[in-house]
Amino acid sequence: MHRALLEPYQHRSSPVHQLPAALKCAGALAFVFSVVLLPRASWPAYAAGGAALLAVAALSRVPARRLGARLLLVEPFALGVALLSLLQPDGARVFAATLTKSTLCLFAMVLLAATTRFSDILRVLWSARVPALLVTTLALMHRYLFVLVDEMARMQRARRGRTFTRGRVSLWHSSATVIAHLFVRSSERAERIYSAMCARGWRT
Amino acid sequence: MHIPDGFLDAKTAVAGGVIAATGLGVALAGVRRTVPPRHIPLIGLAAAFVFAAQMLNFPVAGGTSGHLIGAVLAAILLGPSAAVLVMSAVLILQCLMFADGGVTALGANVFDMALVAPLVGWLTYEMLRRATGDGSRGRLFATAFAAWCSTVAAAISCAGQLALSGTVDWRVALPAMAGVHMLIGLGEALITTLVVATVVRSRPELLLAHREPGLRPQGGTLLVHGLLVALGLAVFVAPFACGWPDGLEKVAVTLGFEQRAAASPVLGAPLPDYAIPGLGSGPASTAIAGAAGTLVAFVVAWVLAILLAPRPGAGGRAVKGGDASASRAS
Repeated sequence: MHRALLEPYQHRSSPVHQLPAALKCAGALAFVFSVVLLPRASWPAYAAGGAALLAVAALSRVPARRLGARLLLVEPFALGVALLSLLQPDGARVFAATLTKSTLCLFAMVLLAATTRFSDILRVLWSARVPALLVTTLALMHRYLFVLVDEMARMQRARRGRTFTRGRVSLWHSSATVIAHLFVRSSERAERIYSAMCARGWRT
Repeated sequence: MHIPDGFLDAKTAVAGGVIAATGLGVALAGVRRTVPPRHIPLIGLAAAFVFAAQMLNFPVAGGTSGHLIGAVLAAILLGPSAAVLVMSAVLILQCLMFADGGVTALGANVFDMALVAPLVGWLTYEMLRRATGDGSRGRLFATAFAAWCSTVAAAISCAGQLALSGTVDWRVALPAMAGVHMLIGLGEALITTLVVATVVRSRPELLLAHREPGLRPQGGTLLVHGLLVALGLAVFVAPFACGWPDGLEKVAVTLGFEQRAAASPVLGAPLPDYAIPGLGSGPASTAIAGAAGTLVAFVVAWVLAILLAPRPGAGGRAVKGGDASASRAS
């Protein structure tokens, strides 16, 4: 599950992959905003949007199975909130419309992430004058996210290899200890990263 | 609690976006002014840490599992301004890279989970810590109760946004969101307190917010943040706080929806439908149910603090823990 979640980018050399990242980001944003702003009952427009997304997906030659898996991963959250909207007058129509809207938007964002590297998206944010501190934080976070997830998996494996009881209380306790030590290791790593950054001429 | 695209109407999305952007801007200015450059990498790594910690699942009853949200943990470890920045970065990355949480709802999500959650948590924590003194038991109690309060406050704000958009009725949204998150908040309180207790025991110097004078929140930043949270809650929640629409009640009864409303939360709430059975469903019983939940959380937090506070004779363990973690880091 973690692999499907953590690897949104699918490398291909399709025309969609080669488009400039700024264009793809702007396109996805325009698509999402127009879908959200459509009136609830505009079904022909939803169908047209869905067809356009399917065409882009086919052009990008990203495996349909991976796209589907990522959609299925995020869809339950949308479905859960949408179910609540059933409990009001005219709920079924609100439910169908919001679920269609959110599925179209999810599909657009999944496609964007599948065809654009996150570093390119960061470059777009940078040129869009997003504050430098925020972009730096996002870049560092993206760079070390995978390192920390692997580190956490290693600590969990070590813990599983040493504990024989699987009581719920001890599981909570040891999982919290794993999180605490992940923080301790992250802050030690941050100090080393700062020295390395300074050694390479980093200025604030 | 991530709101997807398509669930918020234009006015709610714009209001959330404006308040969130202002709050994030204030936090960025606060961090730039107070945090020394050598801690900039730590903020990025803390964001990655919160994301990674959110992926660790804890088993809850009946095959379900929950995970840490981390807003109060970040606020206690790094201070409130840095916590706002860290939680915003987590939400932005989840939105852009993993399609978790909508683009148009990003402002509302940032307001709920990156402004309300850390700031309500931090204010509760500071007030309780001042009231209970600086002992470790008081700190753990403050941590636990702040984690619970922040989770519930974020859920109520989220319910208000959904109701204001006309997607989910307030009378469904509030019980479902607040009721479920009162339980989730207990889990959040337990994990956060366990993590803070472990960090304090093994590496107390890592609690930046208490070590670096610069990282202590500055009055101005905190004041603007508090105003923004209050303003946002006034916009999203206050319209519903009084004047209960009872048209839906009638429809629900005639269509037989009431059972489904009670059955919809994944976890059965101890006070089903957020109302005490004998009292009927009105503002008074909702208030009583909320107060009872708060009281339970308060007692749980107190018990947790007593259980987890280090005994006077346990000093040797702290030294050992510190050595072990230092030698393991490579």
